[in-house]
Amino acid sequence: MAGKTTRRATRTAPAVSTPDAEDLTDLFRRMLLVRRFEERAAQAYTQARVGGYCHLNLGEEATVVGLTSALEPEDYLFTNYREHGYALGRGIPAGRVMAELYGRSTGVSKGWGGSMHMFDVQARLMGGYGIVGGQVPLAAGAALAVSYRGGREVVMCQMGDGTTNIGAFHESLNIAALWDLPVVFAVVNNQLGMGTSVQESSAEPELHRRAAAYRIKGVRVDGTDVLAVREAAREAVRLAREEQRPTLLETVSYRLRGHSVVDPARYRDPEEVERAKEADPLPLLRDRLLKDGVLDEERLAALEDEVRQEITAAAEFAESSPHPEVSTLFDHTYATPVPNTEPRLPADALFTV
Amino acid sequence: MSVITYRQALRDTLRAEMQRDENVFLIGEEIGHFEGSYKITEGLLKEFGPRRVRDTPIAEEGFVGAAIGAAMLGLRPVVEIMTINFSLLALDQIVNHAAKIYGMFGGQCSVPMVIRTPGGGGQQLGATHSQNIELFYSFVPGLKVLAPSTPAEAASMLRAAIRDDDPVLFLENLGLYNTKGEVPDEPDAEPEVAQIGRAAVVRPGTDITLIGYSRMAGVALQVADELAKDGVSAEVVDLRSLRPLDRTTIVESVRRTGSAVVAEDDWLTYGIGAEIAATIQEGAFDWLDAPVARVAMAEVPLPYAKSLETAALPCAESLAAAARRTLRATGRLR
Repeated sequence: MAGKTTRRATRTAPAVSTPDAEDLTDLFRRMLLVRRFEERAAQAYTQARVGGYCHLNLGEEATVVGLTSALEPEDYLFTNYREHGYALGRGIPAGRVMAELYGRSTGVSKGWGGSMHMFDVQARLMGGYGIVGGQVPLAAGAALAVSYRGGREVVMCQMGDGTTNIGAFHESLNIAALWDLPVVFAVVNNQLGMGTSVQESSAEPELHRRAAAYRIKGVRVDGTDVLAVREAAREAVRLAREEQRPTLLETVSYRLRGHSVVDPARYRDPEEVERAKEADPLPLLRDRLLKDGVLDEERLAALEDEVRQEITAAAEFAESSPHPEVSTLFDHTYATPVPNTEPRLPADALFTV
Repeated sequence: MSVITYRQALRDTLRAEMQRDENVFLIGEEIGHFEGSYKITEGLLKEFGPRRVRDTPIAEEGFVGAAIGAAMLGLRPVVEIMTINFSLLALDQIVNHAAKIYGMFGGQCSVPMVIRTPGGGGQQLGATHSQNIELFYSFVPGLKVLAPSTPAEAASMLRAAIRDDDPVLFLENLGLYNTKGEVPDEPDAEPEVAQIGRAAVVRPGTDITLIGYSRMAGVALQVADELAKDGVSAEVVDLRSLRPLDRTTIVESVRRTGSAVVAEDDWLTYGIGAEIAATIQEGAFDWLDAPVARVAMAEVPLPYAKSLETAALPCAESLAAAARRTLRATGRLR
């Protein structure tokens, strides 16, 4: 099942332009950063330094870097709850992303969001969203605001394969197409919604074909190939920016781990897990770059070392950052202060008698 | 002063706010070409064009979410949801997104939007079209919920809602659209902007406090007039703001009068009145001469047949009966 999907994805991958050595090295380094970050996040989670849920981008690094590298700094990105890599991809320092996982006040969302809810107004990361499909109407609305003002920014909306079955997805694609909104809907098809496969949940498992219902362009690309993803994303971004047409861009890749850190993924077919390992985008790109002479072992070791140091520093920054003060508990309920919202902790009396 | 309908007050305010601020735009089902299911937006598409008066497909989750997304980028959408019943289709966007975005992201992004929507039974629209579910939204920190009862309040409170940086659920009422009231003529002066989070004592009195909001605030005034004929001086508190709730005004009133009846258009159990009663027992326990009474809708899906619908809805007679019972208990009425 999964093998069939991937073969088709490979066949329909668009031709890529020729990138130079520096570009390729940069893409590889960024993928490596996501990989090592997520490994460290998993470690911190098992050490109980990170609470809540923790969904990782392991196996999706080519997709994460390919999508985010197609955006300009002024563009907006909305994502789902599997978004650590996207935060890094928008250029947010790894320390601030890690600090959010640790629930510290130096985190991207000041410790209010956690793993699933990262936001950075400067980086125009408009939020990770924990409710499946929640970000899709929001992204259409952000694109409406851009269109209302006659701006040239593009909104990218990342989501998982399972999201394509929810009503909000269809309502938003319809609206975006009707209103000519500059938005790219990027479906990261890792072939599993928690433990349920795409074939078991989507009557049209070639998810990009759902674009036809809204007369927008649907594209499927190999999500383990960073160049193919970037190329396809650039075209979708161009179409949004220049022609105000949305695209449904599907990337096909594998999840290397369970749904979240604590999921041992016993439901997975061993053969499929094997295929996932074979399709691991990091060794694939590394071997290619070594074979093509873009990298040598020495440069590779130096990159590994650099990234490791960055991640170690990020974890140290998170660890040494302060927990939010309890006195800040009521700081973010309302943007416009109004009477009768006085702070009240659980044991406080409403009235002093 | 001029006398206009609640509908006209809403329309005039929308128009003035759109003229004042380019970021204000209207979005919703049938608000443009059809000019609004209840004609609140009549004439506005012609005046402002489709960019600022945007008709949507029947997709509440989609267009409410889109309004939230637009607000995140600094626009000030005013959404019309045809009736509050249909807001349930957008519940995830309102509760999990509009209400959460400011806090969940550490105060980095506000959501300056208004959702206008009417509640109200009594129009023989049957069970799915007659609900009063403002409680669902009043329960949620991060949202503000306003419920004006007169044309003047509708105008000043809608103005406040549009200028506020938080998501505001603005509750209208089908039974109020044609009601008339005085509004100030302010062609040149800066019009009144209501204070969100404040209730108002709309009629001072000494013998009992009647508390209501939206349609029931008007009913409470009517009942106070009637009680006056029996020599009873009833104070009426119009809640106006359901979240935040002005507990101080409620409690101060009950400390003056010694008793209270809450009139609400929603169901009794867990309703707005339950919250008011809890507030009063905590803030005015020693001042109470009788238990707090509640007058609310019968706990049934509202039927279509006029005889059944009328029996299920709270009205002046039911509020007056409850008030008289309370007054007899406190000895203020024989």
